[in-house]
Amino acid sequence: MAYPSDPTRFTIAQAREALAAKAISATELAEAHIDAIAKAHALNAFITETPEHALSGAETSDARIAAGEARALEGIPLAIKDLFCTNGVRTTAGSRILDNFMPTYESTVSQNLWNAGAVMLGKTNLDEFAMGSSNETSYFGPVTNPWRARGKNEDLVPGGSSGGSATAVSAHLALGATGTDTGGSIRQPAAVTGIVGMKPTYGRCSRWGIVAFASSLDQAGPMTRTVEDAAILLKAMASHDPKDSTSVDVPVPDYEAGLNSGVKGLRVGIPSEYRIDQMPAEIEQLWQLGIYWLKTQGAEIVEVSLPHTKYALPAYYIVAPAEASSNLARYDGVRYGHRAAGTSDLIGLYERSRAEGFGREVKRRIMIGTYVLSAGYYDAYYLRAQKVRTLIAQDFKQAFQHCDVLLTPATPCAAFAIGSKTADPVSMYLNDVFTVTVNLAGLPAISVPAGLSHDGLPLGLQIIGKAFDEATVLKAGRALETAAEFKSTPQAWWRTP
Amino acid sequence: MSVDRETVRRIARLARLAVDEDQTAAMESELNALLAWVEQLQEVDVEGVAAMTSVVEQTLKMREDVVTDGGYPEDLMKNAPLSEDNFFVVPKVVE
Repeated sequence: MAYPSDPTRFTIAQAREALAAKAISATELAEAHIDAIAKAHALNAFITETPEHALSGAETSDARIAAGEARALEGIPLAIKDLFCTNGVRTTAGSRILDNFMPTYESTVSQNLWNAGAVMLGKTNLDEFAMGSSNETSYFGPVTNPWRARGKNEDLVPGGSSGGSATAVSAHLALGATGTDTGGSIRQPAAVTGIVGMKPTYGRCSRWGIVAFASSLDQAGPMTRTVEDAAILLKAMASHDPKDSTSVDVPVPDYEAGLNSGVKGLRVGIPSEYRIDQMPAEIEQLWQLGIYWLKTQGAEIVEVSLPHTKYALPAYYIVAPAEASSNLARYDGVRYGHRAAGTSDLIGLYERSRAEGFGREVKRRIMIGTYVLSAGYYDAYYLRAQKVRTLIAQDFKQAFQHCDVLLTPATPCAAFAIGSKTADPVSMYLNDVFTVTVNLAGLPAISVPAGLSHDGLPLGLQIIGKAFDEATVLKAGRALETAAEFKSTPQAWWRTP
Repeated sequence: MSVDRETVRRIARLARLAVDEDQTAAMESELNALLAWVEQLQEVDVEGVAAMTSVVEQTLKMREDVVTDGGYPEDLMKNAPLSEDNFFVVPKVVE
């Protein structure tokens, strides 16, 4: 087989093959990516780079390959969202309050990857505590999307919150990356950077060692350049973990096995409620194209209804901040993290440390979460939102009586300019309108690059599946990918000599 | 429903966030904008609907109530901003 001459152009599947065939060494593969990262600082994709980890891991991998003991991801260089705790490597969650936090333990998902032989290139930038849809709330500055509109040099957002991971994969700085998805934080940045992003079923990947945002919604998943790579990475990330009581004890299938079995006879639901007001015509056109692609491959298209869709975002913006306000109570300036200087009383120490340590969006969400959980408002807001959430989950259950997967757009628009939406929180929140329902219902979903906008920016389509049916989601995603033939990559304008 | 300046101060205190007057004013308008937006949930008929407690249908596992982890105080103290003999140090609480 012929491989790309530049190792950063490999897919994970190709790299696995090339390593096994000894066409390249793990060390060469790691070095090529370390070099690409060193020349891409303009993107601000990484908060912490760990070339020494990548090289020592690659050395081990080369020895294992030579000894015929290669594991599933032997020598594959990956980027890890800086929300996963990594033993002895700074983990910040994109926040000043964890600026110097050095975990003494490893998250289960990253440990699974290292156990499979993968090597770590570094920790990627993200919205502070994963709260954002544009990667602009990070204490370490915004990430820049590798893509630019045709004929323009304006800096665009990479989406969020996994914006650093999305940029690293899109700009060929890593073969794949981990992300986390609470309301769309894997799928939305994947869509606007032209890569594949998958949120598995809630409980498929352990949350242990991932800095918590909203525990009933958070889920880790893979970000890659192909659907096949997503299948490979998810297999390694997923596991039942006694340390996370919500991780589910069901077997993890071999997601690669049925990937190319096609969509003939598959019933694909089209939810009419996703046709939202003021949706750009090109998003609607892409959606219709996706329907056509699956239909011509033999899928049966079914109109379905998800009547409570419009209430998903407002319900999310009660449930997620409520859980966040509770989870973030642990940052007190006493046990770890930033501590304010010069306070003489304990309450003052808490209040000042948190005021200095958290950014504006995080404070906003802590405030709203504290309010909706406070005495006298709990029933009107939090309890009602959790009831609406039940209705949203029931909508999906009913729809899945008539279809096997759903096809929707991934985002309501392409990447936008840095700074253009920060003034109005609600308009920023609307970026997650197509992704957030899935988190509320705990379902698996994938975003696949499907085309370019009128000004040459990537757009994605989303496949949503039944709980624990990632295999069918991946198979349908693969069918979209095959038809879309999305081969565009961003011009490397960021590259320094 | 909307919040006034005094409520914002009370919520900030509950959330243990120090806020100055300018920030309180900004938060008041931001919170009210958000509360006005989520107001649409009031139009949903939730009569007889159970609040969601678990997003995936599963029974939580039971295990023996025994210690399964621990015994490394140095690790736990490693990130403490201020500590002494494996104790966290805070401003004096009791005179």
